[in-house]
Amino acid sequence: MSRIPAAFRDAAADSRLVIAPYVALGYPDMPTSVALARAYLDSGADMLELGVPFSDPIADGPTIQRATQRALAEGATVAGCIEAAAAIRASTGAPLVLMGYANPFMKWGYEDLARDLHGAGVDGLIVPDLLPDDNDDLASACNAHGLNVISLLAPTTPSERIGRVAERGSGFLYCVSLTGVTGRRQDLQTGLTAFLQRVGEASTLPRAVGFGVSTPAHVGALCGQAEAAIMASALIDIFDAAPPSQAVSRAAAHVGAMVDAARCR
Amino acid sequence: MTTAAQAPTPDAAGYFGPWGGRYVPETLVPALEELEHAFMRLRDDQSFQGELTRLLRHYAGRPTALYEARRLQAELGGARIWLKREDLAHTGAHKINNALGQALLAVRSGKRRVIAETGAGQHGVATATVCAMFGLECVVYMGEEDVHRQALNVVRMRMLGAEVVPVTSGSQTLKDAINEALRDWVTHVETTFYLFGSATGPHPYPLIVREFQKVIGIEARAQMFEQTGNLPHTVVACVNGGSNAIGIFHPFVDDPVGLVGVEAGGTGPAETAATLEAGSPGILHGAISYLLQDEDGQIAPTHSIAAGLDYPGVGPEHAHLRDSGRAAYVSVTDEQALEALQTLARLEGIIPALESAHAVAHTMELAPTLPADASILVNLSGRGDKDMDTVVGALGAMG
Repeated sequence: MSRIPAAFRDAAADSRLVIAPYVALGYPDMPTSVALARAYLDSGADMLELGVPFSDPIADGPTIQRATQRALAEGATVAGCIEAAAAIRASTGAPLVLMGYANPFMKWGYEDLARDLHGAGVDGLIVPDLLPDDNDDLASACNAHGLNVISLLAPTTPSERIGRVAERGSGFLYCVSLTGVTGRRQDLQTGLTAFLQRVGEASTLPRAVGFGVSTPAHVGALCGQAEAAIMASALIDIFDAAPPSQAVSRAAAHVGAMVDAARCR
Repeated sequence: MTTAAQAPTPDAAGYFGPWGGRYVPETLVPALEELEHAFMRLRDDQSFQGELTRLLRHYAGRPTALYEARRLQAELGGARIWLKREDLAHTGAHKINNALGQALLAVRSGKRRVIAETGAGQHGVATATVCAMFGLECVVYMGEEDVHRQALNVVRMRMLGAEVVPVTSGSQTLKDAINEALRDWVTHVETTFYLFGSATGPHPYPLIVREFQKVIGIEARAQMFEQTGNLPHTVVACVNGGSNAIGIFHPFVDDPVGLVGVEAGGTGPAETAATLEAGSPGILHGAISYLLQDEDGQIAPTHSIAAGLDYPGVGPEHAHLRDSGRAAYVSVTDEQALEALQTLARLEGIIPALESAHAVAHTMELAPTLPADASILVNLSGRGDKDMDTVVGALGAMG
């Protein structure tokens, strides 16, 4: 059974947003990325997004491109990422969601992937280049193993498509906050409120906002508009800017600040 | 002959058999749908077709010649050899056909900013050219390695007013240029037209590129009848993404004519770009097709002496033509392509692009095995001026 719905119920009962930091598995190496994931959970993260590296990440900006290329250069594999997820699962009850591009998953085989992710204690999958229109094979394999396949929505998604996309997904809806690629941003995109409102009208699934969510203020601004915040590039930038011995703790402290900002009352 | 391969278009979701589709971030879906609707509406629109025909004729110089390479066939023996001279089209390659068609779509869609990817630079030059002619802003993404090995084309694009952005990520070749162009498009999708150059990518690009390139095959088929009274025995074209090949193949698909695509075999199996020969099914840049990839699904490094042939994927319609048996795909090595380039230069006074030299190289193997009354139609997709540095370097290295 996916742990995702319970995490959203618990957060809603406390009037707070689910905080879901992204960890680029294998960056700067696999053991450090696992330690980073545990540190984020210790800082109060409710859910983790675990990134599987791909050679051609078309939805990602420079920060995640660089991190995932380094992970590949350090020898990260799909098998290694699944093992890392299992290692993280051993010490937490929080939902774990794997995020990666379609090709490595297709190569692994969708049936085998769903079985192996279930075995590793993973709860869901986000594949940014696999639209609900073309993901029947993956979705049926995941459904058979109780894994959520998370649908993405963008500010450009027309209202009549939002409902259709939402119907094909489960767990939550990944609402891409901006028209663009991942990366740290100064401000959230204008029009985000209206976009999230359109999503809320079309579906009862919780809304998680990602892409560009960089600061506690961004998180606070999502109170009442969404049910979760996902942050990635800003954390990697903080990790990279810190002296190596403090990189994990500084990034985790930023997650802690996001968790504080997510208490909406 | 009625097999699925002869279906005139991909299905409604953009699939040729199991290949193709639309594997992109959600942000791009409305833009691809808008492009599809605009294309479907304008392909049957008389004023659009009239304007495109006028430009192909008076700007691009169509129809291009069909030339019988008599000295080459005397040297080889066997079949007659006919060259479809796309090297004579404006900008020196077939790429102008698609660039004109898509730029007209951009203008009719009210998009004034055009982006493109380029490998060898021929698609980038064609795009920069049509943007200059239509007065459109033009940004071309090109891998840093290709910027160096195709320096002449970089100068041409800048001369034409385009901004050339060198891409330093990944392998710094065409695939990385496409990654960066897609990121640009995701960011500026509401104002920008992505003028895609190859017969791959997300639906509707493989369809659009084929429809704008099939003029090559339509002309060549009529010219073959006019000059020989017959269909060719076999049509040969180089294939990577596969735009020149699908353009010349498509009008012959229902004819009793052999279709042979020639991939770039590089230096051999360890260093190749022959995707249909050495690849396996996968998803890249918006389509499911064959890919060169490692066991973990990461895209593999490729090699070809021809910058325009070292992309690790292949257009979905080619994957389908191969699966159905309607077309055959072979590969030739860097060395064979170099030799073919020199042979054609010395015997016919035509220096082909290194890409097109792959098609010539296979023709040189095929011609002696066929009877004298058979004809081979070769798509000479581009001219070789851009490759002279590479050729001189390679010949020097070989001694």
